[in-house]
Amino acid sequence: MSSWHEFLTMGGYGAYVWPSYAIVLVVMVINAVLPGRRQHALLKQLRRRVPNDRERQ
Amino acid sequence: MNIAALVQRDLRLAYRRRGELATPVIFFIIVTALFPLAVGSEPALLRRLAPGVIWVAALLASLIGQDSLFKSDYEDGSLEQTLLSPAPLEGLVLLRVFTHWLVTGLPLVILAVLLALMLGYPTGAMGVLVLGLLLGTPVLSFLGAIGASLTVGLRRSGMLLPILVLPLTVPVLIFGAAAGERAALGEPAAAPVYFLAAMLVLAVTLAPFAIAGGLRISLES
Amino acid sequence: MFVWFHKLASPPYFYRLAERIAPWFGWLSLIVMLAGLYGGLWLAPPDYQQGDGFRIMYVHVPSAWMSLFIYVVMAVAAAIGLIWRMKLAHAVSAAAAPLGASFTFLALATGSLWGKPMWGTYWVWDARLTSELVLLFLYLGYLALNHAFEDQRTGDRASAILALVGIVNVPIIHYSVKWWNTLHQGPTVFFGARADIPPSMYIPLFIMIIGFMLYFAAFILKRLQVEVLQRERHTAWVRELVERS
Repeated sequence: MSSWHEFLTMGGYGAYVWPSYAIVLVVMVINAVLPGRRQHALLKQLRRRVPNDRERQ
Repeated sequence: MNIAALVQRDLRLAYRRRGELATPVIFFIIVTALFPLAVGSEPALLRRLAPGVIWVAALLASLIGQDSLFKSDYEDGSLEQTLLSPAPLEGLVLLRVFTHWLVTGLPLVILAVLLALMLGYPTGAMGVLVLGLLLGTPVLSFLGAIGASLTVGLRRSGMLLPILVLPLTVPVLIFGAAAGERAALGEPAAAPVYFLAAMLVLAVTLAPFAIAGGLRISLES
Repeated sequence: MFVWFHKLASPPYFYRLAERIAPWFGWLSLIVMLAGLYGGLWLAPPDYQQGDGFRIMYVHVPSAWMSLFIYVVMAVAAAIGLIWRMKLAHAVSAAAAPLGASFTFLALATGSLWGKPMWGTYWVWDARLTSELVLLFLYLGYLALNHAFEDQRTGDRASAILALVGIVNVPIIHYSVKWWNTLHQGPTVFFGARADIPPSMYIPLFIMIIGFMLYFAAFILKRLQVEVLQRERHTAWVRELVERS
């Protein structure tokens, strides 16, 4: 790869390479962020310790 | 453990509920009849599609019949009795699936001959198609039984069972339809038929353990 | 070793251990992946056949590899869970399933995006893509069954059986799809068969695969903490943990 321009256009395949990388990035970020938020929400819910709905044992 | 008695009991029970047994058969006819309406009645096209259509319809019809496999016994408690019986559960399950195939799978195979004719499937190749179905539908029954054993405890398992089982039926569908298609073209269809037979042997030996395991888990809760 | 195995199986011990090591795996995977991307997107020469389009390989192949690897992890965890009745093992399967499904989806998405410039269509009934699609259905079946039960314990054990039945079927499905594919279309060489791929091309690929594995390690631990908390929320150590945090 010699130039920025070539890098961005990916030799004409940019319309396929970059969307692929974008999808991968998005899905991986979601999978990275989601557990943390669920853990936080779960801890908050447990802190309140209000057994709101019929919880799964 | 009197095998004949068990099979007889299951057959008698099935006979009493024969109305229920009609559903897979009727479903099979309707689905097969839908295809010409959808893709047009042009004979050459229908003849080419015939094995694939027959197999997809037979696959879906056999799955429809699976949900009731353990359900009624679960509801009236006799399933728990079978679990408690000294006889090996895997053997009882094998018998149950066999009798269930007799009353649901076999009619599909017989009917498939008529429907294949309706779609213009060459009569010369009918033998291979039927052989494929005879080998394939029991595998579908075993796979469906695995799904049924896992979902017997659930109230609305009707929709869940096909989702669990359909991916597992892909190999049977591939080789079944391929056997039918090759026979229709007059090509040797031994390879796919052997694959179907191999899968039947695999299903008969392994599936009962999965089904028994599934039943034990479902009834534990 | 066996003592360690049982110590690890106790949820509170595991929870604290995961809390400490998950971030390390996370940052390490980021660094490794960045190195892999630099190697794959910048250093590796364009392919004489596919030009720069082949660079999708650096995310497609690792995703496809992870989708199968995670299913094997799920099946092994399911077996351990059923045989030794270890709740934590079932939690591993339950935590791994969404990740596996995501990687399968990514493999399909990147595969079809790679297929478009090569064959002009987004979806090619190529043997690998088709068996990847069936693998996605297996994951969705597992997730559907795992969440269908009121009692989490039954849900775990039932979906464990499904995972074991699934792993037996994965090779059968793969070879029957391959057999079916050669019947209808003939082998479309994705990229694999050629042996003349220069090291500057396949070294970044290995780096990316290692990066994806580290990513999986980091976020399976993270998800596992959530699953363990969910399953153990009535226990004393969770209550104590909640008060402390």
